[in-house]
Amino acid sequence: MSERKTTNVEVRLPSRMGFEKVAMSTAASVAKLMGFRDDRVEDLKTAVAEACINAIEHGNRLNEKLSVGVILSAGVDSLEVKVIDDGKGMKTQPAKPDIDRKMHGEEDPRGMGMFLIQALVDEAEWVAGSDGKSSYVRLVIRLDKDAD
Amino acid sequence: MQSETKSHVDQVTSPAGHPVTVLRFEGDIASTSKDAVLGTYQALPKTTVKLILLDFTKVDYINSSGIALVIQLLIEASNSGQKVAAFGLSAHFTKVFTMVGITKYAGLFADQAAALAAL
Repeated sequence: MSERKTTNVEVRLPSRMGFEKVAMSTAASVAKLMGFRDDRVEDLKTAVAEACINAIEHGNRLNEKLSVGVILSAGVDSLEVKVIDDGKGMKTQPAKPDIDRKMHGEEDPRGMGMFLIQALVDEAEWVAGSDGKSSYVRLVIRLDKDAD
Repeated sequence: MQSETKSHVDQVTSPAGHPVTVLRFEGDIASTSKDAVLGTYQALPKTTVKLILLDFTKVDYINSSGIALVIQLLIEASNSGQKVAAFGLSAHFTKVFTMVGITKYAGLFADQAAALAAL
């Protein structure tokens, strides 16, 4: 990998469930090349997969005419991932999932994607597109996180 | 694109002599896994099956939709008075299951022997 400059890798996915695994595998390959530990690669894989699932399902509403863009930017000490869809973006963030409420039928068993993303990477932000579409989630995972 | 989820059911006995039903999964656990996860569970006779183990040893990928299916299984099991534990999760998915609180309702164990010993 380059010592100084940022290296970009781009993937374009169809809005079909399952294709999040293509982005997940690509992100894992880039992270391994950068020297991330295995456990951090696993964290990144889940975060990227969940971001792509949200983009496919909620952003592009499973419309296969629309694609999901994934841009991986490998810097010196961090990897940034942008997952871009044609939705309007998030107006409000869902509450943290509550397992007790889920078990008692007071909360949908689903709805854990954003929580997992936030918990597994160092930075996560959701940005609504200024034109009402082209929204994206931006994830950052740092190379020195919990380094020995 | 998602690999099909396979499941099968085994009957084993715990060291304490209790009959235990083991649901063994293979492949991805995702939104397409409803039949393999919930369908397999719902086919079990609730009157006689009281101890259930979920075997994730051959599962490589679990997403939030798959976790939601596991939670739905736990809800139904709780309502039926069944005890559920799981084993064979990778270190990463053990962390994820713990983060979302599943450990409050289902013990997670490294392997089948450890899970059976705890029942």
